[in-house]
Amino acid sequence: MSDATAQANADGAASKRRLGVGFWIAVFWLFIVFFAATFAPWLPFKDPDNNYIVSGERPPYAPSGTHPFGTDQDARDLLARTVFGARVSLTVGLVAIGMGMLFGGFMGIMAGYFRGWWDRVISFVFIIFLSFPALVLAILITALLERSLRTISITLGILSIAPVGRIARATTISFADREFVLAARTLGAKNGRIIIRELLPNVLIPMSALALLGMAVAVVAEGGLAFLGLSVEKGPTWGKVILTGAGSRDLQKAPWIAIIPIIVLFLTVLALNFAGDRIRAYFDVRETAL
Amino acid sequence: MNKNDIIQSDRRIESGEPLLELIDLKTHFKTERGLVRAVDGVTLSLKRGESLGVVGESGSGKTVLSRSIMGLLPSTAVKHGSVKFAGQDIVGFSAKQMRHLWGAEMSMVFQNPLNSLNPLMKIGKQITEPLKLHLGMDKATATATALQLLRDVRIPEPERRLNQLPHELSGGMRQRVMIAIALACGPTLLFADEPTTALDVTVQAQILDLIGEQRRDRNMSVILVTHDLGVVAGHTDQIAVMYGGKLVEHAPTKTLFANMKMPYTKSLMRSIPKLSDPSHTRLATIPGRPPDLVNPPLGCNFAPRCMYALPKCHVEEPPLTPTADPKHVYACWYPVGSPEFEKRDAELQATGYMPEDFSAVS
Repeated sequence: MSDATAQANADGAASKRRLGVGFWIAVFWLFIVFFAATFAPWLPFKDPDNNYIVSGERPPYAPSGTHPFGTDQDARDLLARTVFGARVSLTVGLVAIGMGMLFGGFMGIMAGYFRGWWDRVISFVFIIFLSFPALVLAILITALLERSLRTISITLGILSIAPVGRIARATTISFADREFVLAARTLGAKNGRIIIRELLPNVLIPMSALALLGMAVAVVAEGGLAFLGLSVEKGPTWGKVILTGAGSRDLQKAPWIAIIPIIVLFLTVLALNFAGDRIRAYFDVRETAL
Repeated sequence: MNKNDIIQSDRRIESGEPLLELIDLKTHFKTERGLVRAVDGVTLSLKRGESLGVVGESGSGKTVLSRSIMGLLPSTAVKHGSVKFAGQDIVGFSAKQMRHLWGAEMSMVFQNPLNSLNPLMKIGKQITEPLKLHLGMDKATATATALQLLRDVRIPEPERRLNQLPHELSGGMRQRVMIAIALACGPTLLFADEPTTALDVTVQAQILDLIGEQRRDRNMSVILVTHDLGVVAGHTDQIAVMYGGKLVEHAPTKTLFANMKMPYTKSLMRSIPKLSDPSHTRLATIPGRPPDLVNPPLGCNFAPRCMYALPKCHVEEPPLTPTADPKHVYACWYPVGSPEFEKRDAELQATGYMPEDFSAVS
């Protein structure tokens, strides 16, 4: 490597090395959302299912001091519903991507490390999952089974196995060919040790960035299912809250019912994407510096 | 077969006794095109404490040879012949059996130190892992040993390095770390596969000197795989020149440089740039490409590229022939110094096709 390119790389590395203000804003927003969702029952929010009807006035009520986000047509407090909806939406997102990472990651690493028959069988399974229309599968499962939080989470989890697994496989292949893996073998390390100590940490970094992006996808997917009336039956979810205000009459007369939860969902998904992207770029430095 | 047997049999190998013996080793790969004869009948012997240089172009089978000995081949490879390590035939050893030898008895330094260290594991951990694994050291002993190893390979501030990651070190430093890791469990045989190719020229000499120094200190055998005759010249006891998977010349280093027999070896020698050349001297190359190992040419593998080839070379394969010195063998019908070679050489000189310094090399 010549001096000039080395210098350029060092400069690139230095600018990339900082996570930037945007990242911290995104993290701050995610922290607020997660904090509110986690501790919602103990925080001074209104009851999301109560009807706060003011006698003589017809709901929906516009945002005001008592209802910062306003209320819906049944006079339910939208701030409370958005916060409690976040509990469901974020749980679905976390479980879905967690399942994807666990099963997809395991299968992908096995396929990428052992190649051969493992790879052929696992890649074939991934291809089948990817070619099956995700929405149809989700509708099928949720229509057949009870629409509980568990069913929805697992459905979206199954759908995230193949995409996550393919990335795990590709990343593993690129690292398994590197000499440090062969070097570990020549020093007497067994397969299990190589996978856990040498490969897993290297594969987890790109995967963790992907996890945030995947969570964003799962949150949006839950909204999509809610629109089809197939989301969690009990309690509010972001998708269901948006749906209550999505009628054309409501959008004209009481736009806050749909718009405010949409903004919250949008900001959260944006923050997840942005943070994931920055983390990926941040850890890429090691690669470029090598 | 357990680990103790191997170690005991190894302890009998004293300096000067053969540590490694290859007898007609063949490594073939089954591919869709056909059988690739990557290593095709190599016979060698290496004594404990000695160093061997394996020289050849890319594709000559030198890397496959070292990986065959170590048993690091993909499942498509088929091995024939015998590899005796410390008196034991290890050719049919499974990965499980080889694992006792890897690291503890034989280890390897790779070509690219940028790739051969785990980018996410601290240097200290990378050195102590094999120590704990093979020698059963506890953490404190392993760390102390790691520090000593880093000092042995001349790394400044070894305490600080233990907690650094590979990307914080320079290329030469990383190769030193790699050598420290390879030496960690006191192997009797070290493979160095192009250990200096990825490094700066000034660092190359330092690394080669370091390997030589450690070889003497530890009474270890070294196999230095390279394409550069200049690299092996000062750092080996014997040199094996490979072409197309076969040994084409094998001799003690001094004998080889004094009396090269094989035109291929001479061509390799010519392809090293010399400081004494005037500037803008065109570097001599060997025309053509290495042979197709699926369908090797009839006769001598090198004949299609050899400027001295006569009709016989294209039909009949030359056997390995000893010279006056029985340790010096070569495979050529018309070696350097034979009447046919001299006649052709005079012709080439006359047509001006040859650079003049060619005959001056020997």
